[in-house]
Amino acid sequence: MTTYFGNLKPKKGNIHINKERCKGCGFCVEYCPKDVLELSEEFNKKGYHPPRVAREEVCCYCQLCEAICPEFSLFVTLKEEEEEGENSESRP
Amino acid sequence: MSTQERPEERNPIEDLLRMDRIPHIWCPGCGIGTVVSSFADALHKSELDLNKVAIVSGIGCTGRVAGYVKLDSFHSTHGRAIPFATGLKLANPELKVVVFSGDGDIAGIGGNHFIHAARRNMDLTIICVNNFNYAMTGGQVAATTPIMANLSTAPFGNFEYPFNLAYLADACGATYVARWTSLHLRRVTKSIQEALGKKGFSFIEVITPCVTLYARRNRLGDGLNLLKYYYDNSEIRHGADTRTVPIDFQGKIIVGKFVDREKPVWLECMNTHLQKTLGEKYRPYGEKP
Amino acid sequence: MKTVKADPKGVLTGAHYLDGDFAIAEGALAAGCRFFAGYPITPSTETAERFAERIPFVGGIFIQMEDEIASITALIGAAWGGQKAMTVTSGPGFSLMMENIGLAAMMEAPLVIANVQRGGPSTGLPTLVGQGDMMQVKFGSHGDYEIIALCPDSPQECFDLTIKAFNLSETYRVPTFIMTDECVGHMHEKVVIPPADQIDVVERKWYNGPREKYLPYKPDKDLVPFMIKAGDGYRFHTTGLTHDERGYPVINAEAQDWNVRHLVDKIQKNADKIIDYREDETEGADVVVVSFGITSRVAVKAVQQARRAGIKVGTLRLVTVWPFPEKRIRELAGKAKAFVIPELNLGQIRREVERCAFGRAPAIGVPHCGGWVHDPDDILKAIKEAAR
Repeated sequence: MTTYFGNLKPKKGNIHINKERCKGCGFCVEYCPKDVLELSEEFNKKGYHPPRVAREEVCCYCQLCEAICPEFSLFVTLKEEEEEGENSESRP
Repeated sequence: MSTQERPEERNPIEDLLRMDRIPHIWCPGCGIGTVVSSFADALHKSELDLNKVAIVSGIGCTGRVAGYVKLDSFHSTHGRAIPFATGLKLANPELKVVVFSGDGDIAGIGGNHFIHAARRNMDLTIICVNNFNYAMTGGQVAATTPIMANLSTAPFGNFEYPFNLAYLADACGATYVARWTSLHLRRVTKSIQEALGKKGFSFIEVITPCVTLYARRNRLGDGLNLLKYYYDNSEIRHGADTRTVPIDFQGKIIVGKFVDREKPVWLECMNTHLQKTLGEKYRPYGEKP
Repeated sequence: MKTVKADPKGVLTGAHYLDGDFAIAEGALAAGCRFFAGYPITPSTETAERFAERIPFVGGIFIQMEDEIASITALIGAAWGGQKAMTVTSGPGFSLMMENIGLAAMMEAPLVIANVQRGGPSTGLPTLVGQGDMMQVKFGSHGDYEIIALCPDSPQECFDLTIKAFNLSETYRVPTFIMTDECVGHMHEKVVIPPADQIDVVERKWYNGPREKYLPYKPDKDLVPFMIKAGDGYRFHTTGLTHDERGYPVINAEAQDWNVRHLVDKIQKNADKIIDYREDETEGADVVVVSFGITSRVAVKAVQQARRAGIKVGTLRLVTVWPFPEKRIRELAGKAKAFVIPELNLGQIRREVERCAFGRAPAIGVPHCGGWVHDPDDILKAIKEAAR
């Protein structure tokens, strides 16, 4: 695990997506600074393509997707240290 | 995965939303939801007692915000959110009253109330979502529509001069004036926090994309294109003279905190003045530290 | 309905020589009104002026708003902030307020509006009397709703009925109107203001049940929902849109039916408790003179002369004009030969009397466009014609 300045570790995030509320606007995909998200191929009940987590390991818990989503359907929780290396539950 | 799979994890914004009314009615790609998110973030970060925060909206797309936010919320008539908020605030000065409404509601039909509340320095925080049209009724021209923009009641392009709302607020006496786009997420949050933390008439204008109407009629793409456009063409100039920040059609948008000054609010003026003129016989109203 | 004694701070006990406008202001202060938002308009401005002079010593807010629309809207905000609120206006301002009178009715916000009527329509006769807004007070805003309107005939009644108006508005959570006129408003007479402990004031119907069970628009047994105010942590929502018991907008026909019927039933089903009038010699009368406001005082002269001429005349003076005393008119229509309705308009209340009389007795109006009061002879002539 990379650390900086001695013991500073970068934060990691678990992304929770409410697929049914998503209206496919694409803001989260476009503005994630680490390109963690991408629009999935599947449809939700409304016919939109909700996002999916493509590169989960680089999520740095900036919470920009949570802040920008106009449908309030994305939020990020801090991944605890013990979860590192395990299969994350946020992969669909 | 959906939130139901990890029930102990909830979107932190949900305690400020009326979840029984979500999903909301705004279009895909509409910027209002993002501004509400920034507002909720500001409320969480501020030290206010949220039971004492009231939100008043008018009519319009942004006017629906009051219906979705879980505070003491009021959905009044078109353009009259500001006098409603005035009455609410003066009746109970302990409340922190936020007016969250659109450009057509606040500066169009509500223009008179806007300028007088600013003149009086009423202790209110106005969050004005500016999408340059009357969206709810189908995209008509508004007082903020830039010249040349095409809307349903200006089908050959708008030829009327629009308002520069930041200048208007400043000229009328607002003590805090800021403008951002809805993509300036954390800056919007910070501005709202600052406005909530100070007394006086605070005005925060947030430029947001209107996908179904403004963008579609003017061939500006979808919400993402327009949001990107607004943000990429914005330039931060804190403290700029508000006369120099008009918004042209698809031109540069100057954003930032333009005005931040201190001035006694209406209630303080009333109490101070009447105390001076009437002496001991005067009963001061609603004095709270 | 909780009644308390008036707050002595606002009660100017004593015998005074006041005009109607001033008496309204004193009545409001006695009733506990501590919020006034208004706009100057002849002939009502004196009420605002009096309130502005008195409120710094009583404690409260007087704010002159930028127009009448802002005034009425600020009142609704103040009602939700927990205050008793009032404004005063005349014809043109009244018309401006109509949209938000509808909002007050829809939100069930208690507030009091006094209309010191003048000659209309439009700018009309700013300084001269009229009674031409009687239909407008009931039907002025769009849609179906009910309000309460009271009609004082003297400065003393201006004081008394203002207190009654506040009490009614709090009891029924409805905008209540004081429909006076320029004559009564500018007339100076003796007004006796009793000590505070002799004035009964109705407190707002505050909710005190379990917090999580609160529904802002769930009618109580008396059809009036309990009220709360902003800042008490209920996080409620209220809107001018058609709404359900939670106060949330619901846009369909069922919700509209529930909502509108509730607003109307709240007053109509309680009408017997609200309606007030003064009768004189109506038993066995051949002619009943139905009047209100200043016209009722002018009619007194005509009635006296008619009685001296041997005509059996009774008088029915409307204290509440809305809800209209339909039942009483219907009863009298079965016994009297005719009604005579003098009013300073071209027959607004005459229509109501005729409607309620069901054809059993003609309703003879004594219309007058306003600008001056009736000549009692005109009323007398109508009474004589009615007696035939």
